[in-house]
Amino acid sequence: MLELNEVHARYEAIIALRGVSINVGQGELVALLGVNGAGKSTTLGCIAGILRPWQGGVTFEGGSIVGKSPEQIARLGISLVPEGRDIFPSLTVEENLRLGAFTRREKTEYRRNLDEVYDLFPVLKERLQQPGGTLSGGEQQQLAIARALMSSPRLLMLDEPSLGLAPALVDQIFELIARLHQRGVTILLVEQNVHRCLEIVDRAYLMNTGLIESKGTAQQLRENTDIEGIYLGMQGQTKK
Amino acid sequence: MITLEFIINILSLGSLYAMLALGLVIVYGILRLVNFAYGELIMVGGYTMYLVTLYTPLPWLAVAIVAVLAVMLTSLFTELVAFRPVREKSLTAMLITSFAVSTLLQNGALLIISPRARAVTLPQIFQTSVMIAGTSVPWRNILTILTCILTLALLTLLLRRTVLGIALRAAADNFKMTRMLGVPANTVISTAFAISGIMAGIVSIFWIGRSASVTPTIGMPPLLVAFVATVIGGMNSLTGAVVGGFVYAITISLLGVILPPGMVEFREAFMFAFVIIVLLFRPEGLIRSKTSVERVG
Repeated sequence: MLELNEVHARYEAIIALRGVSINVGQGELVALLGVNGAGKSTTLGCIAGILRPWQGGVTFEGGSIVGKSPEQIARLGISLVPEGRDIFPSLTVEENLRLGAFTRREKTEYRRNLDEVYDLFPVLKERLQQPGGTLSGGEQQQLAIARALMSSPRLLMLDEPSLGLAPALVDQIFELIARLHQRGVTILLVEQNVHRCLEIVDRAYLMNTGLIESKGTAQQLRENTDIEGIYLGMQGQTKK
Repeated sequence: MITLEFIINILSLGSLYAMLALGLVIVYGILRLVNFAYGELIMVGGYTMYLVTLYTPLPWLAVAIVAVLAVMLTSLFTELVAFRPVREKSLTAMLITSFAVSTLLQNGALLIISPRARAVTLPQIFQTSVMIAGTSVPWRNILTILTCILTLALLTLLLRRTVLGIALRAAADNFKMTRMLGVPANTVISTAFAISGIMAGIVSIFWIGRSASVTPTIGMPPLLVAFVATVIGGMNSLTGAVVGGFVYAITISLLGVILPPGMVEFREAFMFAFVIIVLLFRPEGLIRSKTSVERVG
């Protein structure tokens, strides 16, 4: 469904990606793991059209999406929930959701998505008329995911959805991601919370300094990789 | 001293300034661009009224509508040919472009029409007054206030009830995220310039209605008013623009009354001193926005 082939990217003089190749199949839940600065968010940015890869290819459902604008990519059904949530603070919860459905404004689909979102996030239904900026951190995260779901995404990308949330909320978010996966949503998840992440994903890629360090099923990665080592900043610690 | 006439005067001036400031801030909110060609839109409105009355037998109301449309189209056109090509470059490039557009429009008027003032025919109602509670109130002031109320109501409706309006407000919060939801950047920016043009068009009718003439340099004073009003009110909020417009009108009117007769002609200087005081204590303006001011193009 989604395929990145040897993607290089940089911010001015700083090289952020040095040849990243990943793929995500229809209905899969795939994680992109790694420390801060490993290039995870940059990878998502290259897919969402915020950053143009300097080299390499990105294809979605067979067609290249390199050089397309963020709005064109959103229209293809790729939805990114960025790190730090980025809900619209001055818009009400309802307006945030309505805008999430910008590419899917047909009435029956809108109602269905809205019902589904209320079902997943009952708290949002109680806050419909409240400005997004007045919600708590956890509620904002729920709103950000809900807003993305309003577009019936074919591929949902979540960038550190558990960041900055209280432990109880982190559990809720991971349960939610697992539930969305069960419903058939294709998800690419970026996380720092490696252990929790490997419990729910099908496959994962481990990134370090702009490269894919290792990849495999969640189980393979748990067994073969010295994850703690990577997070402590040591290089290339595949257990022999 | 504070008579009904005085209050209606302030309200009318405030209405005009509020609409002026709104037109400037709606573009600033999204592009972080202070459009210095904004004043020339008032000029375009004036010349449109002048030319349409000269060459067609249209009634005044139709002339006014044509003027608003012409200003809106000019605003859209400047965005398309001047701002869009440099949008991705830098904010400075856009700022300089806005000066260029301003100069081009001014010189266009100088060349095509004349450096001399041209008289704009106004309807009878602009010169008559009505007696309210024993004082004579010009109809022009009442019309300005009513137009402002109607315009603000329609704008609020647009921004709150339509998807495009919501997208516009969202873009002022976070343009990049708005695009990632599939809202085309060009649609949002064109809409902002169209609204800005409509505001300038409406203001031009009443602005020109005060002097009944138009010159190529007529755009400078309204641009200054709009800019100062938005700085007072807060550059990132539409409410701030309206508040700023009224604060400007109240301050300048009160200065006219308070200052000794010999000083009244310097009231603009006192006005700017007031702005400095506001900025010292509220650098973000009177109305603070909830969001940051990062620009994305």
